[in-house]
Amino acid sequence: MDFDWMKIPYSLLTLFIVVNYGMILNAFIQKIGARVGRRHGIPIWQNYADLIKNYSIRSSITHGVMFYLGPVFRLSGGVGLLLFVPTIYGSYMFSNMSFAGDLILALYFVFFGTLGMALGAAESGHPHAAIGITRGLSQVTAAELPFALAVFAVALQYQTLSVTDIVAAQQGSFLNWTLFTNPLAVTAAMLSFLGSMMRPPFDVVLAPQEIPIGPPTEYHSSYLALMQTNRAIFPIAKIVIYMNLFFGGAASWPVFFLKVFCIYMISVLVGVVFPRFRVEQSIRWFLIWAVPVGILAVVLV
Amino acid sequence: MKPELEKRIVRTPDGQEFEVDPLRDYYCEAAPTVMPAAYGKIVEDLFNWARSQSLWILGFGTGCGAIEMRPLMTPRFDAYRYGVQWRPTPRQANLFIISGYLSTKTLKRAIRSYEQMQNPKYVVGLGSCTINGGMYWDSYNTIKCLDQYLPVDLYITGCMPRPEALLQGFEDLKKLIRAGKCEGANKYSENFDWYKANQKQVIHDWDMPDYNW
Repeated sequence: MDFDWMKIPYSLLTLFIVVNYGMILNAFIQKIGARVGRRHGIPIWQNYADLIKNYSIRSSITHGVMFYLGPVFRLSGGVGLLLFVPTIYGSYMFSNMSFAGDLILALYFVFFGTLGMALGAAESGHPHAAIGITRGLSQVTAAELPFALAVFAVALQYQTLSVTDIVAAQQGSFLNWTLFTNPLAVTAAMLSFLGSMMRPPFDVVLAPQEIPIGPPTEYHSSYLALMQTNRAIFPIAKIVIYMNLFFGGAASWPVFFLKVFCIYMISVLVGVVFPRFRVEQSIRWFLIWAVPVGILAVVLV
Repeated sequence: MKPELEKRIVRTPDGQEFEVDPLRDYYCEAAPTVMPAAYGKIVEDLFNWARSQSLWILGFGTGCGAIEMRPLMTPRFDAYRYGVQWRPTPRQANLFIISGYLSTKTLKRAIRSYEQMQNPKYVVGLGSCTINGGMYWDSYNTIKCLDQYLPVDLYITGCMPRPEALLQGFEDLKKLIRAGKCEGANKYSENFDWYKANQKQVIHDWDMPDYNW
């Protein structure tokens, strides 16, 4: 099998663009949330300062091998998700490592980081971390169910497991988007999307600045910086999947930036309006409202 | 010594028995070491800039001054726009604000929290009580002079200082950090014995290792 070596620098370029876009977008989204609360919010470059500071902390302690590997798994989950899916449709430079069965791999990568994080945080031995993992895994599992069902529906609809083919089938007019050809699947997936973006009402797992901060309680300095890097990549990578599956993909970077921003804003709009759910409430919500829609989507396809 | 800190035999649910020595197994006793700035001037300047722009305060209110920190998170004062955030865990925080009087009982917890923070870390004394005891100058159970127990980088005077004074204090602290003058953690490691002696003088029920990070 011949491997196209040029793919590697091109993938790194994609990664570079996405990391920077993710850092700025995250700060921008936080600013929007702050404006809703009548605050000014963080400066737009705050995430860079936080990241450099965390990398520059001189001392760090470890709790064992898995404690090291937790953030690494988390980051590789985000990077893997991004690199095995075509970022820009039809572009040789930015189609990355996508291949025929990448939809299944993407589904796996969505969960991979969470699992790695769970193992790492468990090794830290902190009770808050253990509670955070229990909450996080239950909520993520419940939120993934409707998404998995929606993905099955879409795969059945287009009779393929390749993200590139799915995007290709949606080209032409925006009426060809899955959003219009299979609205039930998109509804189920978007409800699941709310649960996985770590925005209210589903952010009790990683509630920042509260006593039960969740899995990363013991993480600090470079470990935390790795996880922050992932926080810039993962939401974008996840939105790229949604964009490709349901919203017709993107054929150029400006379209990509616009679509990613709009899809992100859905979770932000919901987040600033609704208060937090407790974990058992959110699981019940997913099972009652999102999963039946997903099942219906699979049945009707 | 508290009973839960004594050596004991623990039996697991499946019948194994093993010995637990909490002071050894749950804490690290190694003393802190001095960690000087390791990189060249340009890199360190960048790092100092990032450190000054990203102050993560440990969410630990010790005295009445803690009430002055809350308005900083709200729309009226909004400290987030200055790069100031609150973190719930000492591992991630790099700024410890001793907010007001510090009773000897709280001092013990403050020391433990401070030692769990990572180098470089900063301490700000808020209010007169941290400087000379303030209105608690003759109290039997509060400490009078904070910098005998923890290395203080900056004091904010007043009883109580208003949130605006705190914001001004953050700005002054940023200047100190950018100038590379905030090396409290290294000062603490250098004069470790002196700090420990002072701490043990006021904390009579010392039931933890000398250094617990």
